[in-house]
Amino acid sequence: MNTEIWSAIWLTTRLATVTTVILLIVATPLAWWLARSRSVASRVAGAVVTLPLILPPTVLGFYLLVLMGANGPVGALTQAMGLGLLPFTFTGLVIASVIYSLPFAVQPLQQAFAAIDARHFEAAASLRATPFDTFRHVALPLARPGFITALVMSFAHTVGEFGVVLMMGGNIPRETRVVSVLLYDHVEALEYAQAHWLAGALLLFCFAVLLTLQLWRGRQP
Amino acid sequence: MTTMGITADFRLTRPGFTLDAAFTLPGSGISALFGPSGSGKTTLLRCLAGLECSDGSLTVNGARWQGGDAFVPTHQRGVGLVFQEASLFPHLSVRGNLEFGWVRAARQADWDRVIAALDLSPLLERRAPQLSGGERQRVAIARALLAAPKLLLLDEPLSALDAARKAEILPYLAALPRTFELPVVLVTHTIDEVVRLADHLVLLDAGRVLASGPLSATLSRFDLPAVFDDALCVVLDTVVGAIAADGLAELGAGALKLWAPLAAGTIGEARRIRIAARDVSIALSDAADSSILNRLPARVLRLVPATRPAHVLAELDCHGHHLVARLTQRSALQLGLAPGLTVWAQIKSVALA
Repeated sequence: MNTEIWSAIWLTTRLATVTTVILLIVATPLAWWLARSRSVASRVAGAVVTLPLILPPTVLGFYLLVLMGANGPVGALTQAMGLGLLPFTFTGLVIASVIYSLPFAVQPLQQAFAAIDARHFEAAASLRATPFDTFRHVALPLARPGFITALVMSFAHTVGEFGVVLMMGGNIPRETRVVSVLLYDHVEALEYAQAHWLAGALLLFCFAVLLTLQLWRGRQP
Repeated sequence: MTTMGITADFRLTRPGFTLDAAFTLPGSGISALFGPSGSGKTTLLRCLAGLECSDGSLTVNGARWQGGDAFVPTHQRGVGLVFQEASLFPHLSVRGNLEFGWVRAARQADWDRVIAALDLSPLLERRAPQLSGGERQRVAIARALLAAPKLLLLDEPLSALDAARKAEILPYLAALPRTFELPVVLVTHTIDEVVRLADHLVLLDAGRVLASGPLSATLSRFDLPAVFDDALCVVLDTVVGAIAADGLAELGAGALKLWAPLAAGTIGEARRIRIAARDVSIALSDAADSSILNRLPARVLRLVPATRPAHVLAELDCHGHHLVARLTQRSALQLGLAPGLTVWAQIKSVALA
């Protein structure tokens, strides 16, 4: 395989790793809030977080492009901060991926938190644990299966994204040209041999991830 | 200057339920919150724990936990909590569960003493799912005690256990206030548990306190509404005087002697018994041909209409102890019962607490 492919694989892995780390940090408090709060605000937030599940990735990519572009409010802000414009950069891609894969991190965590018997939290409070202490030492360990699902799904879903990348990241080698985009390029150029390698590799990767998750779930009590 | 005792006044509105309860409890011993399901016992307990945001006030042995704008959150109260089904942390061993509150309470509690009091040393390295229901409750009680609580709250701690497990836990519960010198509030819907464990009783119905007072005096009140009619009883602290070959034991409270079956017991042992008003009937002569063993001469003190239709309550004096009999108005008329009359009290059953 040529360096073009290895560079795309390396970029995809880097993007998925950075995205997953950020997602777990962002999604954990968000999922905790969504699981525990009954306020209207949390219901609205829940719907917004779920949007990327059903929204065409191009719609999401388009709005992100407009927001972060030279005339968008986020674009104006990043320029004022001296960061330049984010579209067609790795950073822009990370932001788009985080938003796009958010439901894949939030939902398993939210379900895991919601499944914990509230009496455990009340017992912890009666045992003099502050709310944060309870979160750290009762909620997090009891939600462990949710974390593993969230981690695997966030990573795999970021590897598999295409539409958002194309809209936000374009097709810049070593910067935004991930495996799925490279595959698209090869097909466009009628280079089916290379396309087969990439498509096959992605298919195998996604199947292996899901199979591992299923096998692991089967072992849970 | 601290005042001993628990003074509470809670008001809380939920769809279809209003809690409006003001009461005081002694600062030591076991107080029972007793009432039918839906009466607000558990809600009241949760208010004491600070798990419900109610209006009102709460002072526990001099410490103000709620009142005015102040509301001490649960984790700062020092309030032990034991649920109906033990909610041990499933990700921790028994030792991990016990250490959770112990460490956070700066290891004030005497670890060895609590472990010994609840016989937990063989269980320490096990995980919660490997324990029996009774063992889980013992661990839950110890876990609460090790967090050095100022008040221990027990929410139906026995109701998920079978009779044998209940009998296993009861002695531990009964010994708690004396061993660890802290007030205990017990929620239960079982009168036997109330009589066995409690020193003080709060009767609740539909979110209101109907009566609050020392156990025996409260249970023998004649003005209790119909929901507590079957709970109406006399509680006597007796001593086992003799155990007959047929398994019956003679229980004495002064000159009053009663025979009752005693599963296990030794002479000289103290046993609390309960004689329900519905189990006491009255005859004008000693019916020696009756199957009822406990027939005692008594004097009628007063007759009061019962809250149950067509019934009266008769308060009797029997060897200096009060008994209460519930009988129909017709029976009372036919016998010509009146204060001062000497009768025979027939006690159909004696419940050992």
